[in-house]
Amino acid sequence: MKKQAKKHTNDVILESATSFITFIIFLFAVYLFFAGHYTPGGGFIGGLVTASALVLILLAYDIKTLRRILPFDYKWITALGMLIAVLTASGALVFNVPFFTHAHDYFNLPLFGKTSLHTAMLFDLGVYLVVVGVTMTIIQTIGESD
Amino acid sequence: MIAINEWIVAVFALLGMGFSLVTALGLIRLPDVYTRAHAASKSATLGVMSILIGVIIYFVTEDGFFSSRVVLGILFVLITAPIGGHLIARAAYYSDVPLWKSSVRDDLSKNKEHVEPKKRQDDM
Repeated sequence: MKKQAKKHTNDVILESATSFITFIIFLFAVYLFFAGHYTPGGGFIGGLVTASALVLILLAYDIKTLRRILPFDYKWITALGMLIAVLTASGALVFNVPFFTHAHDYFNLPLFGKTSLHTAMLFDLGVYLVVVGVTMTIIQTIGESD
Repeated sequence: MIAINEWIVAVFALLGMGFSLVTALGLIRLPDVYTRAHAASKSATLGVMSILIGVIIYFVTEDGFFSSRVVLGILFVLITAPIGGHLIARAAYYSDVPLWKSSVRDDLSKNKEHVEPKKRQDDM
């Protein structure tokens, strides 16, 4: 079975298409992530779309290629996401307000002009990393077990 | 002015609908996997793209809102749908799905390197 899977690996069309379709998907995931506050989107589907871009690389190439492109353990990404979420939530305790109280303010950024920055985005970043980590852990674990 | 825009949008939407209908008819009527993949990947792509062009024109003229997501969607469908058709037809060929009995050319069967794992029957 394994020997048969090794044949017909001449997937030039799929591989060359993947190499730039992946960037479109990543871009869309980043857009969804940042659009989440005012329009449909957010950390969850942003993470899922990112994971789908990684799965596309996994389908067109193989598990070793993906590990060479992104050489980290996805369980650590899940842990990092949880850590960011908990720290964002407990950061409110420093300012003597209840747990999970968010704050926002307006800043003048060089390129974007007047922008509202919200600590909910940091929490969303935690959600994003957890979703990417969990999805890729599941898929890589299933994919590796021959 | 509004009426002309509405007509253009209607023409694009109906064109897309017509292409989608032709796709569905092709999937039912055509004899084998390869001709069906041909029908599904080409005319469905064009149908979806026509409808999305209609969507862009509608929102620009009605609300003055240019949706760059739809442009990205058109580009994405244009790139990915033919690749999907190609991969399905390729997988079918390497799984020894027979060609339609009136097919006259099968150049890939002459390439020994490609068809080594399985023997293809030319009489099918």
